[in-house]
Amino acid sequence: MGYKTIIGLEIHVELMTKTKIFCSCINAFGGDANTHCCPVCLGLPGSIPKLNKAVLEYGIRAGIAFNCQIADYVKMDKKHYFYPDLVKGYQTSQDDRPLCRDGYVEIENEAGSKKIGLQRIHIEEDTGKSIHTEGGDTLIDYNRAGVPLIEIVTKPDINTSEEARMFLENLRNTLKYIEVSDCKMEEGSLRCDVNINVIDTETGNKTNITELKNLNSFKAVVNAIEYEEKRHIDYLERGENTIKETRRWNELENKTLVMRGKGGTENYRYSVDVDVLPVKIDRDWIEEIKNNLPELPHHKKERFIKEYDLPEYDAGVLTQSKEIAQFYEETNRYAKDPKQVSNWIMGDVLRRLNDEELEVEDLKFKPKDLADLIGFINNGKISNNIGKKVLRDMFETGEKPEEIIKKKGLIQISDEGELKGIVEKVLHENQQSIIDYRNGKDRALGFLIGQVMKSTRGKANPQMVNEMVKEMIEKR
Amino acid sequence: MDIVKLTAIEMREKLKNKEISSKEIVNAHFDRIEEIEGDLNSFITLTKEEALRAADRVDNKIKNGENLGILAGIPVGVKDNIITKDIRTTCGSKILENFIPPYEATVIEKIKNADGIILGKTNMDEFAASYSTETSYFGVTKNPIDRDRVPGGSSGGSTAAIKAGEVALALGSDTGGSNRQPASYCGVVGIKPTYGLVSRYGLISLANSLDQIGTFGRNVADAALMLEAIVGQDAKDPTSMDIEKVDYLGRLKEGIEGMKIALPKEYMSMDIDNRVKEQIMKSVKLLEKLGGEVEEVSLPHSEHAWSTYYLIVVSEISSNMARFDGIRYGYRTKDYETLDELYINSRTEGFGEEIKRSIIAGTYILSSKKGKEYYNKALKVRTLIKEDFDKVFEEYDIVLAPTTPNLPFKIGDSVKNPFEMYNSGIFNIPANLAGLCAISLPCGYVDGLPVGLQIMGDRFKELNILKAAYAFEEELSIGGER
Repeated sequence: MGYKTIIGLEIHVELMTKTKIFCSCINAFGGDANTHCCPVCLGLPGSIPKLNKAVLEYGIRAGIAFNCQIADYVKMDKKHYFYPDLVKGYQTSQDDRPLCRDGYVEIENEAGSKKIGLQRIHIEEDTGKSIHTEGGDTLIDYNRAGVPLIEIVTKPDINTSEEARMFLENLRNTLKYIEVSDCKMEEGSLRCDVNINVIDTETGNKTNITELKNLNSFKAVVNAIEYEEKRHIDYLERGENTIKETRRWNELENKTLVMRGKGGTENYRYSVDVDVLPVKIDRDWIEEIKNNLPELPHHKKERFIKEYDLPEYDAGVLTQSKEIAQFYEETNRYAKDPKQVSNWIMGDVLRRLNDEELEVEDLKFKPKDLADLIGFINNGKISNNIGKKVLRDMFETGEKPEEIIKKKGLIQISDEGELKGIVEKVLHENQQSIIDYRNGKDRALGFLIGQVMKSTRGKANPQMVNEMVKEMIEKR
Repeated sequence: MDIVKLTAIEMREKLKNKEISSKEIVNAHFDRIEEIEGDLNSFITLTKEEALRAADRVDNKIKNGENLGILAGIPVGVKDNIITKDIRTTCGSKILENFIPPYEATVIEKIKNADGIILGKTNMDEFAASYSTETSYFGVTKNPIDRDRVPGGSSGGSTAAIKAGEVALALGSDTGGSNRQPASYCGVVGIKPTYGLVSRYGLISLANSLDQIGTFGRNVADAALMLEAIVGQDAKDPTSMDIEKVDYLGRLKEGIEGMKIALPKEYMSMDIDNRVKEQIMKSVKLLEKLGGEVEEVSLPHSEHAWSTYYLIVVSEISSNMARFDGIRYGYRTKDYETLDELYINSRTEGFGEEIKRSIIAGTYILSSKKGKEYYNKALKVRTLIKEDFDKVFEEYDIVLAPTTPNLPFKIGDSVKNPFEMYNSGIFNIPANLAGLCAISLPCGYVDGLPVGLQIMGDRFKELNILKAAYAFEEELSIGGER
């Protein structure tokens, strides 16, 4: 038995530049249809594109982050095809000289770390968006026309759906880290196509490549790969071969359907766009971009271990996204207790976020609030358990911890005199337990402490209660 | 005083001296247009209302003693491949018959800022892709000198309008001689500026790497005045260059004493009408008499200019025509059910034969392996042609050539013999391939038909060709003649 799945990905990422790639129209998601447009991005006759230097910079940033070689000079090429959302009858893209080439992304799988090679990263313009109405009309919104993209093409180094998922997560985190894209699949700012086929490792037979489109989430990528893997293996087992074609993922039916056949290779009639003058990429500029590059995930992880003395596991969890890392660092700036802060964020905060499928950005409270909460626990104002309750309230209402504590009267009772009275009362009411404890039943002590906590609704300082109960039994 | 016979500079002087008003100038030209346009067909669209409003503004400025722009009150014709906001811009094609642009070309803004008065949009070969103005969807323009003959092209509407006194100045575009060849055929002056001197923003592309907006006048000074009004780097056209502004008009009269003049031997041994050749040789003598030092030079790659040009031009045309798909603007067929039918029928019905020929050839070149090889070879030869000129310009100030190897041909002849027509641009193409500046001016008449002398200059050395052209014109005293 032996099948090997071979997967290559093509990822389109919209860049977060302020303006579009060839004009000064605003680059923003949404907006009323056809309002972020001008003669240039509408491709009106007579208009001339003007390359936005920021697009090169963003592309180079990605190239550096993914260990690519950056080109010495770039030119733009015209890729011709007809489609209503394509305004010039060609897309201005890059053909034989991409901005970046030969990079890699590292992922951790069971066998250790694996490098997924990148063939190239090139810059290009996005197209408009066709909207098919229920009435059968097609409406076109050209707001997206001219939005800058990078296209990232991997080498066929991915062998499982899990590797594809890890690769994509790593890629997305890094792109967000270096502020190149917000990578929101639901808004289309990250789009992924999959090329997949399967080899029978015994016979060497392999299926024809299927291209998969309409993958709107990482989950869809994983499911579609798994579906196709099976489909290709079925063909091999029957001694047949798949057709070289493009298929689309149908989320509802959980399967892929034929979209279009791919007879010969498509002929895009590439030619140089002579209106966009070639740009020489200065090595100093690349250095400068490199020096100003925001910290990459693995660098941040190393720094967290060193600077905050965190276990590797903690550092890994906290740097999984830029936002979490930022939240951690800000909280710690106030709390100055790296391990405690890490415990709280990794534990209660992330668990709750995961349960509700929310992001750190969605939190109603601020890092300062969490730091205050931790401070209250550390200085004994509230107990750890009460702290968890307060955090729950903060989650739901966004109220400041001290207000919650005040409003609900949760301040820990650490006054010796007050506690003594309460303990005395509990001991008085539970004579049998005292006898049991003296007879060596340790459980009785726990019961007595529990009674004290119960009568104070958890507010009693647990450590003090613990000691006090023992002490007072002995004195009796 | 016959206003329409004045040169642009004379008109401007008389306007400043309050001898005539802007309104009178505009009206006189529209009278002339009314009289002759039915026969000539120089214009696709006339904009009389806008012109009269603009004239009012100029007259008010004069009344209020405000500063006037350098084109104040001068009637200008604009080739219909230059975008005019809110005024339809057709490129001489059915596919853009009803296209009303929502923006303004940079050169139009400049003309308006200089107080020039645009009278209308002039006729042209469809998308500027031919040499006779016969391929216009709006009918042929006749040559005012001989109405049986073509005015040349593709800017034939502009040159005919100037020759006939319908406008004093005009804009054209030149991709492979479209300014110079019709200037020669109509006996006017046409300038093709250096690639990058004038913004192309708003010029509907034929072949982007060769296209350049150019100017026409009845004499050298007028054409230079028009040029002065439109030059300058434009942030909207990254291929436009930052060149220090030269006072063309002020320095026009500096003369050519000691100017080094090159005469390419390859050109003179090409197939040229003997009558044209004779006029050119006479012109050479005249320039020598004026103090120019003429020597024969070699441009060894000249014989490959035409095929190089053809490969590049049709490739760029096929790509540039792709946006005319019937979806967003322009002509859309009524006869379609599928998207493919919409594309195919709109383009089949909207484009004329000449453009279709170019699209087919260009598509072949860009889509086949063999074609790509030819194309890449053409790009290399283009560099060699450029280097030929660079070498010559190390020693010489200007290069002389006939503008065309022939005389204006009869309307309809080009259909019978298209290669004869293509051949008429043979001496123009090198300047486009090399990105040089060039001018065509009348140097004599043969059997009542004008012959054009072409003077080429190095990149951004417009002053050299203008000085030589001006001195020549003065000596021949043909300036202003019609």
